[in-house]
Amino acid sequence: MNEQFKELRLDRVSRHFDNPSGARVAALHELTLTIGRGEFICLLGPSGCGKTTALNCIAGLLPVTGGTISLDERRIDLLPPEKRGFGMVFQNYALFPHMTVRRNVAFGLMMRGTPADEMKARVARAFALVQLTGHEDKLPGQLSGGQQQRVAIARAIVIEPPLLLMDEPLSNLDAKLRLEMRAEIRRIHRQLGRTTIYVTHDQDEALSLADRIVVMKDGLVQQVAGPEEVYAQPANLHVARFMGYRNVLALNVGARNGDQVTLQGSGLGLEGTAKQELGGTRASVAIRPEDLSVGSAGPNAIAGKVENVEYGGHDSLIDVRVGEGVVLHARASGRLKVGDEVKLTVAPQRVLVYPAESA
Amino acid sequence: MNAAAARSGWGADTLLLVGPAVLFLLLFFVYPFAYGFWLSFTPAEGTWLANYSKFFSDEHLWRTLIITFQLALPVTILNVALALPIAFQLRRKTRYQRWMTAILVIPITLGTVLIAEGMLTYLGPKGWLAQFLSLFHVYDGPIRLTHNFIGVVISLVISGFPFAFLLILSYVTGIDPVLARAAATLGASPFAQFRHIYLPLLAPGLATTFCLAFVQAFSVFPSAVLVGAPSGPTRVISLAAYEAAFEQYDYSMASAVAMIMGFAQLIVVVAVLGLRHAFYRGPASGAKG
Repeated sequence: MNEQFKELRLDRVSRHFDNPSGARVAALHELTLTIGRGEFICLLGPSGCGKTTALNCIAGLLPVTGGTISLDERRIDLLPPEKRGFGMVFQNYALFPHMTVRRNVAFGLMMRGTPADEMKARVARAFALVQLTGHEDKLPGQLSGGQQQRVAIARAIVIEPPLLLMDEPLSNLDAKLRLEMRAEIRRIHRQLGRTTIYVTHDQDEALSLADRIVVMKDGLVQQVAGPEEVYAQPANLHVARFMGYRNVLALNVGARNGDQVTLQGSGLGLEGTAKQELGGTRASVAIRPEDLSVGSAGPNAIAGKVENVEYGGHDSLIDVRVGEGVVLHARASGRLKVGDEVKLTVAPQRVLVYPAESA
Repeated sequence: MNAAAARSGWGADTLLLVGPAVLFLLLFFVYPFAYGFWLSFTPAEGTWLANYSKFFSDEHLWRTLIITFQLALPVTILNVALALPIAFQLRRKTRYQRWMTAILVIPITLGTVLIAEGMLTYLGPKGWLAQFLSLFHVYDGPIRLTHNFIGVVISLVISGFPFAFLLILSYVTGIDPVLARAAATLGASPFAQFRHIYLPLLAPGLATTFCLAFVQAFSVFPSAVLVGAPSGPTRVISLAAYEAAFEQYDYSMASAVAMIMGFAQLIVVVAVLGLRHAFYRGPASGAKG
């Protein structure tokens, strides 16, 4: 397989299955995406959103039921996985338990009939890259989870695949190891520049690793954008919720001026910024806790009473009761205690306004 | 319970749990076996080894051992070799797997005698198969699939195959299918996936299946009489033991034959299980265990 490809094109890729009651369900619906060489793409979404389905379709482990996948001008969606030659790292590593770590890593090269001396050199390079030199003759069961994950990565990259696919590779590791491996994956990507598609449900992972993030829900793409944009400008309310906009309020739409919107309701009055076309008179307003600051002066001042304080070291997460029965989550660095009267402020461009949820 | 007993895990409750099984084994296995062993060395006449020297000097007797091996080894190999590809094809949980399993397992419930009856009706000289073939003028000659060596082989495959199939199926489904998918992404064709992933991980299970199927085939008795030729070509070792015990009432000789039979089985089982040590025997999944 040519690794000097220019782009991988997914054109309305769909995957349907028949559920037990006979209805046809789309696990993945018309995913269209063009990935350039060297890009690091994250498919991000909650479980059941179709991200792993998409990855398996690209790898060839699941047949697509609609659309095409092509590498430059060559259609590949009808090829079996062994003919595509994409490296894949599985969630539970999928190391061959009966082979030494060295044979695991060499397996892909063995299948390609690589000459012995070249194989030896490439395997040694892969071990050096994932910093596992010295562990070659152990069985996978003798390694820790983090080491097994490194072996899985070495096994996938040693074949120098045009595309590296990773299916939640860090979800089985503990928090500290996850951070280390995240940095490791980033380093390896920087070093090799290999096109990578990475599936995760963890927005921090996606934000720190990806060049572009594809946010998915119920088999549908919600937003494709760089990490900064997904973080600061979610395309819709679902993405906003997923990206940590914990305060979602249902308010009435008042005066409008371009995308500037005045909102009222629940005893509150806010200035916000519309992110989508607002249909009716109701709107959903999303505010990130970090964007609410405690102070007296500033736009969108909201008075309230502290209801709960969760100490978090660097700062605290506070719940503030405002207006008529609304509780806002905010972050505060100062010392606050339950019962304190505070004033929250938030910049109008950080008050994101979306059409009201139909439900 | 004192501290030492608690540490070693041996207390009154352990004894209560293990006791019945130990008692059962002692009464119904260890004692009869030891008694038979002793009995085989106390012949009615001659030295303590008289039974054994008689067995290995009388062709009518020692040939039964060879005949039994000639039956049991090919039948076992055939059963395992037939069951492996079928079980492998049915490794994914589907409706198809359930149906096939149900159909293939029916012979187990029948028992050897019923199978022999069926074979005589169906495969006999004037059986349905012969009538069917001559009706359509496919083959008019005599059909000899019963009352000979082949008859016993067929009967042992019918009763032994489902057993081997069920065992192997449980081993195959115990292998994490994600391993084969990982191998596929690394360039392994379906055959290479079988050869490099499934086969090595199945090897210990195949060895166990072989041993159990072999022991089952080696102790063949009813079908050797009913669909075989018990006076000659299928005079198996269990027949020799039966004759000694219930026709000549020589329990000592019968015990000696039974001991020889057990020892022969033991040699094969030990050899195959010894081979099993050469294979990987850990968990068959790629995840951290």
